[in-house]
Amino acid sequence: MCTYMTYRAEMAGSAKGPRGWFPVTQANVYVDHPFDAPYEHTLNIDFADPARGPAARVAVELTEESALALIEAIKAALAEAPPGLASAAAQAASAASA
Amino acid sequence: MYDAMLAETIKMIGHNDDEIEAYTARPLGPGPYGGVVVIHHMPGFDQATKEIVRRFAVHGYLTICPNLHYRAAPGASPDDASAATRDAGGVPDDRLVGDVAGAARWLRSQTSSNGKVGTIGYCSGGRQSFLAACSLPLDAAVDCYGGFVVREMPKDIPYPPVRPLLDLAPQLSCPLLGLFGAEDKYPSPEETAELENALSKAGKAYEFHTYPGAGHAFFSVDRPAYRPEAAKDGWQRIFDWFGRYLGG
Repeated sequence: MCTYMTYRAEMAGSAKGPRGWFPVTQANVYVDHPFDAPYEHTLNIDFADPARGPAARVAVELTEESALALIEAIKAALAEAPPGLASAAAQAASAASA
Repeated sequence: MYDAMLAETIKMIGHNDDEIEAYTARPLGPGPYGGVVVIHHMPGFDQATKEIVRRFAVHGYLTICPNLHYRAAPGASPDDASAATRDAGGVPDDRLVGDVAGAARWLRSQTSSNGKVGTIGYCSGGRQSFLAACSLPLDAAVDCYGGFVVREMPKDIPYPPVRPLLDLAPQLSCPLLGLFGAEDKYPSPEETAELENALSKAGKAYEFHTYPGAGHAFFSVDRPAYRPEAAKDGWQRIFDWFGRYLGG
């Protein structure tokens, strides 16, 4: 089915697309038909900066198992690093106090 | 038998007099030919949909598929345009109706047209084919596993661009062929039975077929959901339907 249901998260970071690196401002997350992956439905994520046009997009189409494994891997990587090491807010605060 | 045809991307006038892109294929004989508007699925104005457009032309129909995602991303690849359209909240129902109306106008304006136009859509396009047939004067329509015609969408989702269409059944302007998979959940056999009941109560001409062993998207030759037996029978029924209602 086409689920239509899209969840959006604001992002700060970069992604590498067909024209090189660009700032990622949002991630759209949805379960729907993939464009390429050989499955009927996948968990899809578009890392994008709409202000730079439709091609400023890095797309992934993942099985549910892969998506859940990705979540766990992200959590594990963040847990392993010192708290706040990759936090934008913490880095801004640190720069301000330096 | 003369069987030449022309397939090309053109510009057409859609909803709100917007110029949008469309893919068309048409037989080059003198006609008169019936017309078909193909409504693409959420993944967009893709190669698989364009193959469907050409298939109708091979069978003697003037055929056009408006690019419903053109406005969000002119010139972009189908996958990027689909993602951009999703980001913009999807294809609004009134815009869809306007674009199909423009496509039907284009078909009827062809010198080889017999004046008759039908619609066919797959997946989200199945719902939109029903919507168009309830909103515009058409001669035939086909709904291939369109979801959310009957079922309400959850209320708490960020972008709820579609509404159920069951209340439009009394306005259906033409005979409707519905092709569904028994294993599909969107729409489920219970939902298509509910739609069938509404059409029956409204005294509409329709024919529904639900294929055992097939789920959603069983016509998609490039997807694992492809079910050759259901698709083969479905195509036969589509051409019988259009032959009956769009023929000269």
